Amino acid sequence: MVEELLFFMEVLVGGLLAGTMYSLVALGFVLIFKASATFNFSQGAMVFFSVLAFCGFMQDFNIPFVLAFILAALLMVVVGLCTERFVLRPLMNASEDTVLMATIGLGYVLEGLAQAAWGVEVRRLDLGIGDFPVPWIADNLKLFISALDITAGVVAAIMIIGLFLLFKYTKIGLGLRAVADDAGAASSIGIPLKHIMLLVWSAAGVVALVAGCMWGARAGVQFALVDLALKALPVLIIGGFSSIPGAIIGGLIIGAVEKVLEVYIGPFFGGAIEGWAPYVLAIFFLLYRPEGLFGEKIIRRV
Amino acid sequence: MKPVFMTYTKKDIINLAICMVLSVLIIPTFIKTEYWYTSILIPWLCLALATIGQQIVMGYTGQLALGAAGFMAAGAFAMFNLILRVPDLGFVGSLIMSGLIAAAFGILFGLPSLKVRGIYLMVATLASQFFIIWMIDKFGWFKNYDSSGIITAQDIVILGKPFTTPLAMYFVCLAVTTVLTLLAMNMARGSTGRNWMAVRDMDIAAESMGVSLLRTKVQAFAISAFYCGVAGALFAFCYLKSLEPVAFDIKLSFKILFMCILGGLGTINGAFIGAAFILLFPVLLNAIGNNVFHGAIDATIISSIEQVIFGGLMIIFMIYEPLGMAKLWENIKQKWKTKFPSINLKNLKSSLSKKS
Repeated sequence: MVEELLFFMEVLVGGLLAGTMYSLVALGFVLIFKASATFNFSQGAMVFFSVLAFCGFMQDFNIPFVLAFILAALLMVVVGLCTERFVLRPLMNASEDTVLMATIGLGYVLEGLAQAAWGVEVRRLDLGIGDFPVPWIADNLKLFISALDITAGVVAAIMIIGLFLLFKYTKIGLGLRAVADDAGAASSIGIPLKHIMLLVWSAAGVVALVAGCMWGARAGVQFALVDLALKALPVLIIGGFSSIPGAIIGGLIIGAVEKVLEVYIGPFFGGAIEGWAPYVLAIFFLLYRPEGLFGEKIIRRV
Repeated sequence: MKPVFMTYTKKDIINLAICMVLSVLIIPTFIKTEYWYTSILIPWLCLALATIGQQIVMGYTGQLALGAAGFMAAGAFAMFNLILRVPDLGFVGSLIMSGLIAAAFGILFGLPSLKVRGIYLMVATLASQFFIIWMIDKFGWFKNYDSSGIITAQDIVILGKPFTTPLAMYFVCLAVTTVLTLLAMNMARGSTGRNWMAVRDMDIAAESMGVSLLRTKVQAFAISAFYCGVAGALFAFCYLKSLEPVAFDIKLSFKILFMCILGGLGTINGAFIGAAFILLFPVLLNAIGNNVFHGAIDATIISSIEQVIFGGLMIIFMIYEPLGMAKLWENIKQKWKTKFPSINLKNLKSSLSKKS
């Protein structure tokens, strides 16, 4: 009995921590949605692009770790700058769906550019944190939990707290919220729309880079990251598109449910149900609570 | 509302005649190489058909869906099983049945569209994509317990005659595509299509005018999935000649989405233009890579460049012409007409009658 309970706990904790990895991707999504009411479909491509560039700097040019990270972050700022100038500004008054489709295009551009510049083979990313159980926890609590998972959890927690404080207590955060609420009104009272957009896209780029590092260290830096990042979408639906804590809770729920279902129900169906279980869970949420757990209620003007 | 069905203007009949002469007489007499049929014309017709399916749900009804390849897979594997297990049904019967099976999935996964829209709906339709592929992959029955993973598609036999040469398969695809395209045009022009467009343009207004949202949306999803299912069956039996779930992954869904958007949302001819562009452009790019640079550029880099160009075009079209290439074509025609009004048939006639 105790053994079973321990096993369940292990599955659950493993799922929760894996969920924080989804949360990290979802976070970039929320950031952009919160500030500009734009669904950025290219967030997954940004994750792939940024971490591939990071790996490229380190492995092809032998740039040290910290410098490469800073360079990759700067690159993401440039990407944000270009996106603002060439995609978002011309589409300022376009409908939501149009902008969404443009960001799908942007995702394609980023994926293509990354592969043209750095090649298509899978790269290994070594963060110096192993993807193996921490001995201390394994000895004392009898749970096998990967060090990488714990790092991802801690990094996610730090970023959430940081972003939460930014949005809640700084002038920039106030500006961001104002722009999200009504871009026209915000710019008429003197909030520089251009700077806000640039800032928020750069921030999303850096978040993507961090998420990419975590994913890359686990699964290798490869194209499949883009598909993994698609799982951030059900996370967002469950947590709500405009809520930073929602992204975290949503990620935890998806991670836990996915792992528990896979381990306990999966064998009856031949396994690999994690591929679609999050999406079906999201459908149920959509039917009963379309705005997600923490999202603002969706109000459409007639 | 009186249904507008099977009413064509003179222009439609002329267009149809031109297309038919071109595709039935001119193409088979002038194109002899198999490559053109097996690698360009057949996939073009199949994908154009799937794109019409995507058009119905996205271009006409305005519901963002991203699961076309999932429905195609459902259609393809339904076809395989129907021919295997119910041989009496015949090819055409199986094709229709497999479309209907895909339509059933379409109804199931279209239901969330009643509650949500935009990216929310996109996520719901992604569920269909992943679920259908997983289901086919995991239950051996669908694949007739074949362990190799790739099943060879059965030969196409219609009324006892085998259709196995590329040219014959081209005609099969052409016939199915023509019939379904004409039907789609009819639906789009008739009351069905008007309801779809009313829902697309403003669902609340449509509802208050008495258009049933439930019926219209579910109908659009079902018909769209039917088209995708038939297209998937043709795609597997005429183009791939094999069935594997991997061939219908999310990448194909994105491809069809691109065909739909670049071709022109809410147009039937846009589906054909978009499919042709997305299929032919990589061929062109490869040809440039081989002939101009003599293979100095790696094939992977060429495919990356292709991705960048598709994505870039998507952004450019969204900014400058959200209605895609079909609208561009329309604009060119309009310009031509204003520049050379004498070519216009009506003017010609009236000027002739004045002379006499």
